[in-house]
Amino acid sequence: MDVAPSDTASWPDALFDLLKAHHVRQVAFVPDAGHSRLIRRCQADPAIKAISLTTEEEGIGLLLGAWLGGERGVLLMQSSGVGNCINMLSLSILHRTPMPMLVTMRGDFGEFNPAQVPMGNATQAVLEAMGTLVRRADHADDIVPTADATLRLAFNTFRPTAALIGQRVLGAKTFGKE
Amino acid sequence: MAPKSSGTLRRREVVSTLLSDRGELLVIAGLGAPAWDITAAGDHPRNLPLWGGMGSAATIGLGLALAQPSLPVLVITGDGEMLMGIGALATIAVARPPNLSVVVLDNEHYGETGMQPTHTGAGVNLAGMAGAAGIPRVFSIRGAEEVAPLRRAIHEKSGPLFAQIKIDAETLKLVLPPREGALLQARMRESILGPEAHLA
Repeated sequence: MDVAPSDTASWPDALFDLLKAHHVRQVAFVPDAGHSRLIRRCQADPAIKAISLTTEEEGIGLLLGAWLGGERGVLLMQSSGVGNCINMLSLSILHRTPMPMLVTMRGDFGEFNPAQVPMGNATQAVLEAMGTLVRRADHADDIVPTADATLRLAFNTFRPTAALIGQRVLGAKTFGKE
Repeated sequence: MAPKSSGTLRRREVVSTLLSDRGELLVIAGLGAPAWDITAAGDHPRNLPLWGGMGSAATIGLGLALAQPSLPVLVITGDGEMLMGIGALATIAVARPPNLSVVVLDNEHYGETGMQPTHTGAGVNLAGMAGAAGIPRVFSIRGAEEVAPLRRAIHEKSGPLFAQIKIDAETLKLVLPPREGALLQARMRESILGPEAHLA
């Protein structure tokens, strides 16, 4: 896991408000500490179906199904989960399906766990290799505008998009070792 | 030697029965033979035959069933495709959409790649896995007389429902659907949402 946003950070609640403003009805996720408050807000909203997945690639299928039925979906995951989605992203390109992803980064800025670095370092390149438009936020003030831009890009131009929320904002877990 | 399955049902007869009098039924088909099977039964705006995304058919059905809870949604896929996305059974069981049915045409082989055996021929029990995941209605079918009752159950929307149908490992003539994915998506959306679908 990585670090959950502090109680004083306002951006998780602002991201929830953003999903509501974009009329998002299905929120698929594999849990991540960085998304923990946003997931709780989605689960508490009766107008949102918050769907817990066994692997992130299920979320790509779910978003296609949602769009077929006229609902907007968003996929929440950490950067390691992007690696689980690679082939499935072809569905978004093939069918022209809006697939916005909000990705919390690991292996990115002051990481402690060596296992997180390979996928974290490759996240943006892998997404872009599969035709995803990627935008990054490395400061708390940038998170909501960046997410807003990626949601608009996905829903208005029918493609996979991702907002990467940098570990610089989230902080790096140190497993008790400073 | 021709590949052998423990099943004897003919896949296109099964699919033809399942799609008869289909009404409002929405159908997602896994890539390969299930996509050819639903097309052989008659291409339809409410069919989404997949050309890729192996392992995704069941979760596409889940998203669709959640978005359109009043309509019956049927996923028809193969044993290899279901095994690749087997975790979806747990996700579906927890999300519990009553209008979703997942039917696996189990020929115990990867049909598109040279009929290599899948795990189901070696004893892996997909219906058992679906039941253990918590899917409330599970069918394990080997007899032709069991297919029409399954069709009725699909329209009852009292699931989620999972069915494993043991079929013969026959290789049939390809019946290809359109392969332009944007068309396949747009026509299903229009059939559900009307022309407004294209203004979303």
